[in-house]
Amino acid sequence: MTVDMKQNQDVVYDVQHLNLWYGETHALKDISMQIMNHEVTAIIGPSGCGKSTFIKTLNRMVEIIPGVRTTGEIQYHGKNIFHEDMQVEELRTRVGMVFQKPNPFPKSIAENVLYGPKIHGIKNKGMLDEILESSLKGAALWDEVKDRLDTNAYGLSGGQQQRLCIARCLAVQPDIILMDEPTSALDPIATGRVEELINVLKKDYSIAIVTHSMQQAARISDRTAYFLLGELIEYEKTEMLFSRPRDQRTEDYITGRFG
Amino acid sequence: MAYEAEWFQKLSEEQNPLVSKQDYVVIDSERIRRRVRKNNFLKQVFLLLTSLGIVVLGILLYQIVVQSIGWLDWSFLVSRLSINADKAGILGAILGTVWLMLIVIPVTIVLGVSTAIYLEEYARPGKLQSFIKTNLSNLASVPSVIFGLLGLTVFSRLMGLGSSILAGGLTLSLLVLPIVVVSSQEAIRAVPGFLRDASYAMGASRWITIWKVVLPVALPGILTGSILAVSRAIGETAPLVVLGIPTLILMYPTNIMSDFTALPIQIYYWTLDTVLTKEYANLAAATIVVLLLVLFVMNSLAIVIRQKFQKKF
Ligand SMILES: Nc1ncnc2c1ncn2[C@@H]1O[C@H](COP(=O)(O)OP(=O)(O)O)[C@@H](O)[C@H]1O
Ligand SMILES: [Mg+2]
Repeated sequence: MTVDMKQNQDVVYDVQHLNLWYGETHALKDISMQIMNHEVTAIIGPSGCGKSTFIKTLNRMVEIIPGVRTTGEIQYHGKNIFHEDMQVEELRTRVGMVFQKPNPFPKSIAENVLYGPKIHGIKNKGMLDEILESSLKGAALWDEVKDRLDTNAYGLSGGQQQRLCIARCLAVQPDIILMDEPTSALDPIATGRVEELINVLKKDYSIAIVTHSMQQAARISDRTAYFLLGELIEYEKTEMLFSRPRDQRTEDYITGRFG
Repeated sequence: MAYEAEWFQKLSEEQNPLVSKQDYVVIDSERIRRRVRKNNFLKQVFLLLTSLGIVVLGILLYQIVVQSIGWLDWSFLVSRLSINADKAGILGAILGTVWLMLIVIPVTIVLGVSTAIYLEEYARPGKLQSFIKTNLSNLASVPSVIFGLLGLTVFSRLMGLGSSILAGGLTLSLLVLPIVVVSSQEAIRAVPGFLRDASYAMGASRWITIWKVVLPVALPGILTGSILAVSRAIGETAPLVVLGIPTLILMYPTNIMSDFTALPIQIYYWTLDTVLTKEYANLAAATIVVLLLVLFVMNSLAIVIRQKFQKKF
């Protein structure tokens, strides 16, 4: 598989021969792919094919699960994330993550957004206020919540909670945001708003997004990777992948003849 | 509802042969009547047995309250102990109990919550962890008098603390520590994983995650468990009696090394002496009422906290 790749500073993640096991389950099989700067990379594939596992490997969240073992390399801006010099807290600060189910803390809206800045030692009130406003604006949530920043985040709707989680990521100025099916728990209108937001965010951030919806991948992504049974089947410019898939299995999947 | 009814109708007509129109089950009215009668009978039996317990408890309470009438007044609460029943009061015992709690609360919460955090968040599942867990549940079922003997050996004799507040407080702390650990463990375990994930994904270390996310969410559960543990400690008698608390202490305790008496011990000693001085029974009853009120307030507090902060997720 060959993909026309730009040169190095345009690459956020360079994944080489990544394998991952949950105990005996071989969940990722020899994955090699590059995730490009300032692009939206979509990861699609049927349920259980390893999409979440892959994206959680990129910020090493997968290691929280006991019994996980990996081989291969993932270079993040040229540094292997599995190397012992790599501090996982630092990696996760620079790499934001949005989960399938919105997971704000049971704290106020402001405290949610400022969680990251505060744990990284920012105390200046003026600066925190600035971060709060710019992050919420960045997540297209400011107008809806500016009058109730001190109320509990669980009072927000599901879609608002998800955008709050995005704002929480933005508050530490990440370099890439990983999203694992961020709209699958939302209604169509909230989904639309999050998709709009992703389209805006991609000007400033790289985004890797797992999605169960091919339409969503087609709408928002620049490149798409198709996973099947732990293997990367095809990785291409989104237009190409959906119009002229090279692999028969990709074609079966996108034309709905899968399974 | 309408939808469900329709659905069920469809199911019964088309799919499920057991409820279809053909009669597979022969209805025997006599048998059903017998079953209903048996059910009613059992219901009465259970009701009776339940009431039995409540009635006994009620009689007990009634007796105690009746005996305390005329004895439980303000001067009883604020006077010193005395051999003379008419003049005796329990301020010393109240202060002793308060002093004990000043030891028990910080010691059990610090040790108990730390242990729970270690077991739930840090310890790798393995030999050490299961060893500690087994010992904790064993410890929780050890009779309290054994804790008294342990306290006597270690705190009173070995460490030379005698029958001081410190010795008593540490002994009681040991006794209720397993309760605090186990209830804190449960509270910590109930914190949903997606909140921890959110914190770790922000680059938070394990400790920051525990401090800023896990503990605040687990706090109501930890508090509830701790209050119940402390109220258990307040009511315990046996371990303190084993420590050799003097029977008549006229001085008020002033520091953690003072000799002391406490509410349950005072009840015990007065009850022992009722053979010689009949009025001591009234004093014991009045003290029991005080102790029960304290425990009632504490347990209510625990229930209120639990209900108020019940899961919001
Ligand atoms: N915590 C886990 N423990 C063991 N196996 C797991 C775990 N999580 C996922 N798996 C397995 O790894 C494979 C990929 O799962 P996942 O990455 O969640 O797929 P997807 O997100 O594409 O639906 C599945 O076969 C799944 O059963
Ligand atoms: Mg998934």
